[in-house]
Amino acid sequence: MSVTATINGLEVTVPEGTSILEAARQVQVRIPTLCKHQDLFPSSACGLCIVKTGTGKKMPRACATALEEGMDITTHDAELTEVRRATLELILSNHPNACQTCGRNGDCELQDRAGEFGIRQDYLPRRVTDLPCDDSTGSLILDFSKCIKCGRCVQVCQEVQNVWALSFLDRGINTRMAPAGDITLAESPCIRCGQCSAHCPTGAIVENDETATVWEALRDPGKICTVQIAPSVRVALGEAFGLPPGTNLTGKIYSALRRLGFKAIFDTTFAADLTIIEEASEFVARFVEGKGELPLITSCCPAWVDYLEKNFSDLIPLFSTAKSPQQMLGALAKTYYPEKTGLPADQIYQVSIMPCTAKKYELERTEEMQSSGRPDVDVVLTTREFARMIKQSGVDFLNLPDEKADSLLGEYSGAGLIFGNTGGVMEAALRTAFNKVTGENLPPEGINITPVRGLEGIKTATIPVADTKVRVAVAHGLANVENLLLQVREARDQNKPPPWHFIEVMACPGGCIGGGGQPYGVCNEVRQKRMQGLLDTDEKMALRFSHENPEILQVYDEFLGEPLTGKAHELLHTSYQPRPIYQK
Amino acid sequence: MKTNDPLQELARLASENKPETFEQWLRIGMDSGGIAAGAERLLSACRKLVEDHNLPCEIQKSGSYGYAYLDPLVEIKSKSLPPVLYGRVTPEKVSSVTLDHLSAEKLADDHIIASRQYGTALTDPTQSILVLDTSCEEGDKTKFFQSSFQDEIASKLPDSSLSVVRALDMGIYHEGLVVQLLPSRVTYTNVLSRDISRIVTTSLGENKVLKDLLWTKPDPQCRIVLRNCGLLDPEHLGEALARGTYRGLAKALAKNSPDEAIREIEESGLRGRGGAGFPTGLKWKLTREPKADRKFVICNADEGDPGAFMDRSILEGDPHAVLEGLLIAGYAVGANKGYFYVRAEYPLAIQRIQKALEDARQCGLLGENILGSGWSFDAEIRLGAGAFVCGEETALIASIEGCRGSPSPRPPYPSVEGLWGYPTCINNVETLAAAPWILDHGAEAYAQHGTGSSRGTKVFAVTGKVQNAQLVEVPMGTSVHEIIYPICGGVQDQAHIKGVQTGGPSGGIIPENKLETPVTYENLMQLGSIMGSGGMLVMDERDCMVDVAAFYLKFCVDESCGKCAPCRVGGYQMLQLLLKITRGRGSVEDIKQIERICQSMQKASLCGLGQTAANPILSTLRYFRDEYIAYIEGGTAYARKRKKLLSQGESLQQAS
Repeated sequence: MSVTATINGLEVTVPEGTSILEAARQVQVRIPTLCKHQDLFPSSACGLCIVKTGTGKKMPRACATALEEGMDITTHDAELTEVRRATLELILSNHPNACQTCGRNGDCELQDRAGEFGIRQDYLPRRVTDLPCDDSTGSLILDFSKCIKCGRCVQVCQEVQNVWALSFLDRGINTRMAPAGDITLAESPCIRCGQCSAHCPTGAIVENDETATVWEALRDPGKICTVQIAPSVRVALGEAFGLPPGTNLTGKIYSALRRLGFKAIFDTTFAADLTIIEEASEFVARFVEGKGELPLITSCCPAWVDYLEKNFSDLIPLFSTAKSPQQMLGALAKTYYPEKTGLPADQIYQVSIMPCTAKKYELERTEEMQSSGRPDVDVVLTTREFARMIKQSGVDFLNLPDEKADSLLGEYSGAGLIFGNTGGVMEAALRTAFNKVTGENLPPEGINITPVRGLEGIKTATIPVADTKVRVAVAHGLANVENLLLQVREARDQNKPPPWHFIEVMACPGGCIGGGGQPYGVCNEVRQKRMQGLLDTDEKMALRFSHENPEILQVYDEFLGEPLTGKAHELLHTSYQPRPIYQK
Repeated sequence: MKTNDPLQELARLASENKPETFEQWLRIGMDSGGIAAGAERLLSACRKLVEDHNLPCEIQKSGSYGYAYLDPLVEIKSKSLPPVLYGRVTPEKVSSVTLDHLSAEKLADDHIIASRQYGTALTDPTQSILVLDTSCEEGDKTKFFQSSFQDEIASKLPDSSLSVVRALDMGIYHEGLVVQLLPSRVTYTNVLSRDISRIVTTSLGENKVLKDLLWTKPDPQCRIVLRNCGLLDPEHLGEALARGTYRGLAKALAKNSPDEAIREIEESGLRGRGGAGFPTGLKWKLTREPKADRKFVICNADEGDPGAFMDRSILEGDPHAVLEGLLIAGYAVGANKGYFYVRAEYPLAIQRIQKALEDARQCGLLGENILGSGWSFDAEIRLGAGAFVCGEETALIASIEGCRGSPSPRPPYPSVEGLWGYPTCINNVETLAAAPWILDHGAEAYAQHGTGSSRGTKVFAVTGKVQNAQLVEVPMGTSVHEIIYPICGGVQDQAHIKGVQTGGPSGGIIPENKLETPVTYENLMQLGSIMGSGGMLVMDERDCMVDVAAFYLKFCVDESCGKCAPCRVGGYQMLQLLLKITRGRGSVEDIKQIERICQSMQKASLCGLGQTAANPILSTLRYFRDEYIAYIEGGTAYARKRKKLLSQGESLQQAS
């Protein structure tokens, strides 16, 4: 069913249930809004998207009102603009006048609206809360004074991530977004996924900026700074420089990192291949040899690990013990790398550039994150922080020549690269597992395992491997996970065969490419493009199997030995423990 | 399932639960207002008295008549005298009043509340005479008139056993000496000393009415919703049944047609009494139409307007009427489950609803196969945690669902997608209390009251600087003036009225020169106010309108849920500007800003609370702009003077 109506005199036909806001876009009309996020339900909080229907006596919200047959909508006139301006002034009067020192300066939706409406004066005295910022997690900073109560973070935290760390407290002018019960974020069920910060229109939730720490390390003559970049960073960083999402900037990133002063440039994608070797071996051990429980559940995502430890700790035996690529690379950078190069191991300072705020937390998750005898990774920067560092460095980023990573821990396969996408770990692992079971590679037309690709919340598939069938499931956006896990638990409790053999989970919608530390403005459209950026590169690569990565073969040969055993076990595996949902 | 005729079933229930009748009884008005005035102490005093004097007397409880200014109330029935209502009976005075009435079988002085059903013919010979000086001039002459009457009777009718009793309240004000003859209730007003001998000779001696003194105006009140309030024990199902409760339901069930019930309500013209005045029949129809596995009905008892106590009084005085209304609504829309959403601040109402639910369930008025009709329905209570905004339908639903009580945008309307996503009909207490009466007496009987598109009656809680703060139920179309003056006795201290605030924090002020306007939904809207739930706050010349506006705005600022920016920030900022003005530090520019914020709140707020929160300000700016200007021009000196003056008068907060 479709409906036809007019917006500003222009006829528009849209499917029934389309909001006026969406419908207006089809006739090139942009209705201003602060609270509505493209992927989220309308919260109706800001009141900027009001429009007139018919008589115009009432002004419904375009975000929350479906276009109805025959409606005559006016989206802009002098009165609407004046009401919007007055409302915007009210919102500004409840927000600090501190743009210059804000984490969102120059990239803020409230600033944009204020600019568009040409607000040049404080008509009303500012009334701003003096609650101290919450920096308890070390990953995210909650600045309550900058919150405009749009409700996006609360909706993302509750509905999309099913974490329920954030909620609204108090009422009236004292309304605030905060963990329920007035505890700190670190004491709450927060898993530090940072989706709240990725959806926040202002600077109320930002990543904990650690660029100063990195600058300090870079100028410290006693430190040898090495760096790794995650697969998904390369297809999103360009957005901070005005490029379309999905633009792969690997070469320029390597080049920029060298100019920043890093002594060795590693690629986390190398470690992704390593993870695949370990995880595929683990899967084959459990699936073929019956050593351990099924399904095997991936554990590369620290937010997901935290969620499982807090909410489904009885399923810990199902978790892959393989560390995440970041931690694997860190461990090798501080053991294998100095051994090979003769550099002093204790001077190596490992920085990682991640799409993720939870990675900051992962560094201290367990003692196994110091398998080299010291922190395997010293500091994590999100993509957003990295972009700022590049801008500070004076490097003309977009015109940089492409360079290569350092050869030791820098070579990677297409399989490692698609780790950044939801379904990517599954696809990469299946490519290798197939080889481990059958001794042969997938035929060229079978390399792309499309059923596990895409933005569908839960993807399931049955993949024939030799004469058996492997049942797999992929979930992203943690609200999609609970259903899967409940089915797994039920089957286990009833001693039934598991519904799946292998489950991949990534906390953030879209996977790491949609991570909480990626450039602002994420929505499904952007996620899709970033995913495509990685898939296109994989498609073009000659090397598409983790187990064929020559540097991987070399590191096992020279240093690690066999997967799952000895040094590999010591450096590349971890353990999990139940944690309380509330720390207080 | 065996089905029976619901009306027969009801008759059987009524006879099974028939209340015991007693020759002598005391009935104490145990509503919240009465209790606040000392009814509980009064109750124990009565118990002690009955015990001490070994009086063969049953002590009962009732709800409120609505005469808040006369609390606490006791109605007494002795062997020979008809039941008499006494007001302002403090525990200290109850013994003399009771002993007079019960033991001595004579009416007690100074506490009688006369009936408002004034007689016009002297059918029965007079047995006693009530006198009251209502002139309100210096010195109450009631005692003087009483002795004049007694002297006159002694001299003219020496054999008579007539008693002359000083009344407390006759329902007639500013009409000089008022005299009522009992039991005929023939009432004379503006009686002068020289009329006394005429009355004694003609009316008492010859049993003839004196036409020139006779009070012929009928009582302007009309009790439909309050039909049982004060007249029965709200915790006794049998008494409710005896007074015809559940007859409307039984009739609807007997007709076996929900559509018929909806049609009846539609034809009655009943509109939502909670504030917005949405046609109730239409609301039911809209909830009936969608196909759904489940539907819900909710009684909105989250009354929260400052100064409003209509719903509380109804629930405390006649809970079965509201439950009956909820049942009818459930039957009409096709729901099998209902909720009473009651604010937790109404413990007595909650207790009485709970009792009503239990009693009704016990005898088959709730649960499976109600009255043998084959239709099943159950209801339970949900408590509100004290947020005004939860009276808003979508916020109320969120609250019942266990979520934060914040409104959500409409559509979808609750009638389509309400509680847990199912079609839900939400009606206010007063609306639900009126529905059974309509089904019992017919749409026409209800619609004959009222005017235009506002039919039936409306209950108002009149408070503030009014002489008699009380509940009033009048036909729609009665003027504000009539409510304030003839019914409520005018303004306290004979002061000059300035305006009447209606509609609570969402309403506005009706200035003195508009008081003659008949009260209808449309008229009030035109005056810049609203009907609202029925609060009427009387303000006199000593009240400062900027203060009044700030008072109501402060209420909305405190009660804003904080979800949408225009209401959350707009209310707060506007309040700061108003306070700035009342401190004498405002400017004309501030008024301009206030008007801008008003517009933003009205147009861009999400729910009714925010959209209407600006009304008291807009209304005072419309009618009393000069008061704002006076503050701005007079500066701090004027503000200080004003403040001093105001602190001498009764503060508005206390009044409400």
